[in-house]
Amino acid sequence: MMRWKATAIAGALAAATLLAAPTAGAKEFKWAFQGNLNSLDPHGLFETFTIGFHGNFYEPLIAYDDKMNVVPSLAESFTQTGPNTWRVKMRAGVKFHNGNDVTADDFIFSWKRALTEGSDMKVPAGKIKEIKKIDAMTFDIITPNPNPILPRSLLILYVMDKEWSVEHKTEAATNLRGGEEGNFANLNANGTGPFTVSEHAAGVKTVVNRFAGYWKKIPSNITKGTFTPISQDATRVAALLSGELDLAYPVPVQDWQRLKDAPGVQPLAGPEARTIFLGFDQVRDELLYSNIKGRNPFKDVRVRKAFAHAINVEAIKQKVMRGSSVPAGLMVAPQIGGFASSLNARWPYNTALSKKFLADAGYPDGFEVTMDCPNDRYVNDEKICQAAAAMLARVGVNVKVLAQTKSKYFGKVLSQNNYDTSFYLLGWTPGTMDAHQAIEPLMACRTKEKGRGLFNLGGYCNERVHALAPMIESETDQAKRAMMIKEVFKIHQDDVGHIPLHQQPLSWGVSDRVTVNQRPDNVLDLRYVVVK
Amino acid sequence: MFAFIIRRLLQSVLVMLTVALIAFALFRFVGDPINNLVGQDTTLQDRQQLRETLGLNDSVVVQYWRYVVNTARGDFGFSYIHRRPVKTMLLEKMPATLELSIISVILALFIGVPMGVYTALRRDGFLAKIFMSVSLIGISLPTFLIGILLILLFGVILRWLPTFGRGEVVALGSWTTGLLTVSGLKALIMPSITLALFQMTLIMRLVRSEMLEVLRTDYIKFARARGLSNRAVNFGHALKNTLVPVITITGLQLGSVIAFAIITEQVFQWPGMGRMFIEAVADVDIPVMAAYLCLIALFFVVINLIVDLLYYAVDPRLRVDRGAGGGHG
Repeated sequence: MMRWKATAIAGALAAATLLAAPTAGAKEFKWAFQGNLNSLDPHGLFETFTIGFHGNFYEPLIAYDDKMNVVPSLAESFTQTGPNTWRVKMRAGVKFHNGNDVTADDFIFSWKRALTEGSDMKVPAGKIKEIKKIDAMTFDIITPNPNPILPRSLLILYVMDKEWSVEHKTEAATNLRGGEEGNFANLNANGTGPFTVSEHAAGVKTVVNRFAGYWKKIPSNITKGTFTPISQDATRVAALLSGELDLAYPVPVQDWQRLKDAPGVQPLAGPEARTIFLGFDQVRDELLYSNIKGRNPFKDVRVRKAFAHAINVEAIKQKVMRGSSVPAGLMVAPQIGGFASSLNARWPYNTALSKKFLADAGYPDGFEVTMDCPNDRYVNDEKICQAAAAMLARVGVNVKVLAQTKSKYFGKVLSQNNYDTSFYLLGWTPGTMDAHQAIEPLMACRTKEKGRGLFNLGGYCNERVHALAPMIESETDQAKRAMMIKEVFKIHQDDVGHIPLHQQPLSWGVSDRVTVNQRPDNVLDLRYVVVK
Repeated sequence: MFAFIIRRLLQSVLVMLTVALIAFALFRFVGDPINNLVGQDTTLQDRQQLRETLGLNDSVVVQYWRYVVNTARGDFGFSYIHRRPVKTMLLEKMPATLELSIISVILALFIGVPMGVYTALRRDGFLAKIFMSVSLIGISLPTFLIGILLILLFGVILRWLPTFGRGEVVALGSWTTGLLTVSGLKALIMPSITLALFQMTLIMRLVRSEMLEVLRTDYIKFARARGLSNRAVNFGHALKNTLVPVITITGLQLGSVIAFAIITEQVFQWPGMGRMFIEAVADVDIPVMAAYLCLIALFFVVINLIVDLLYYAVDPRLRVDRGAGGGHG
């Protein structure tokens, strides 16, 4: 009995402190995403959600604004002074959350940290060969070769405080090999952003508070933000409908009507910058998964054209995507630098033409092929594959869909497993929001060279495209560069190197209590969240 | 007795070694972790380097042996995804799972036993028939569906209870508890009922059939003949004799409750070990998966051992038989 009493008193006390907690004028924002924020280390994982979340408390030299235009952030100016040289002047008066001033040394330290073993930012950090410090707030960046999009490459290179990192012995990025008992920066953050991390339990919740000393005026009026990962779609939608969340994303497109019917919440949709496309193995002399032996039908451009004409992307949009996708003819979305609307027309849906191409190529009765497909990576990915298979069946091609969870799918089709696929579906958003980041990994020939064709799973190879890729990277004349990108797109289209399908939709569920800005890369920037 | 415990503990080591071996043999089929650990711009060289560093290029046997040796040294490895020691992560998540499981078992006992007694005593009563029908639902509906239905009713339509999470927790040393805050207790209601429902109906049906059996025995008739009150007969004599199998089953079920909390935790976004395991499977976080599976195997072995010892203590006949049997050990 005594014990029960003690518990009851403790419970009452706890309840009392809870009731006392909310203060007047506090604007709290609660949101959920399907995945976890696994690490706070800004150099740990190069992944859009993680980097986007970190952007609320860490900042780069140059940042995206609400429309994804590039605007100065910690750098006051960022100008090219020579073909390989950029002069950066740091913004004065910016403070880290711990009160330290931001200086050139902090950026230099962060760049070096991004090159340590555990870092996943080695590629963007590798765009810098050397940094020459001029004074406390100014430095020159030397690049290995001319690089017109250097500022864009550094958008995700966040600046950490050197003193703080040294003090907490987190001078190297968190290494997943282990050894150390948890890197300090993995669980703590000290950036310059408008929010500070006051509580972080990976997989449970992350709480951020407004940083009073933030250097810039921002639209947001929230004082506290609570993030919870909710992996189950049904639970996430229910939590939004019950009013416990102000924002939940992603929301299944099939739940949009439910959100529209419910009071107080709305679906918020927009085109994502991610293009979904189909690809073919064009390298092997015999397909791994087909009934055609001794030759590879996909080496014949007529077969690839036949496939392109057989896919009815409007039907996929209406039936599978519930009208929410944007059909695409190019491998990059309209939001990506280098997009050319004149080339975005699709191959017309025409089964007669498709059959004719197949017959010309020597496959009048079609053939069999297995298609690799993820089932939990993109919006309705498995359903798209099944729809494509049904459409190809109409022209006589018998497609067997092998849909698997993303770890299995990527483990099978990517470089580490020697591109074990004959026909596949993949989605891509260039990390820099520039076409080069689609051309180099997807369309350049697969070579052992750094980065070239790493995600060119079918081994599409055109000498001219391959030669243009590095030229696009280093061409500083924007007009010339745009022409080169167009040339690549044109060749790739004539070759039917891949079949672009559509840009998938962003799908958020938002409470009427808040207004948010939906960025095309699916990032929630708390700077633009306003609570009514 | 002492030898018995030692032998069981040795057996448990064998069980865990076997579980780990099977686990490592299966990990090859879960997929490749590398793509979950790096971004899309990471070079091929770095990817291959990472595979080498993590020892993923070694054979299953080598990976297994390395794991066993490290575990024996108390090193449970390092999570690929979270980049933290697995031991710390398990200790952080364990309170949530244990609180949920133990509350569910208590709920199942304190509701299941009285319902079982009632349905046995008033076999043809209207309420007893309702209990029996409801218990059919509890046994046949999958946990996932029950959880979603509860969320829909109490979370979305009535808005009485939170739909996800554990509410505010209070840290008592390294143990975090949700039992001391209002939001914590509210958050516990739906998950614990979801998890308890199956056990509750199982216990209710068990108690009912045992009671029916016992009520037919001679000593109950004799007790009634002695003019004892119904209450004394039903609860003092009948119920007491039905409890031995109930204790056994409950103990054994506690292991399953902890292990099968996975689904309930997933539905309610309950931050426990089960959800951590599901995430580890999706991300192919091998050290977390291996540690969780071994830990669950250990739970089962220990609970079984305790139940055996309890059985031994509760039922005097066992002790007598053992004494009479002599040195069979």
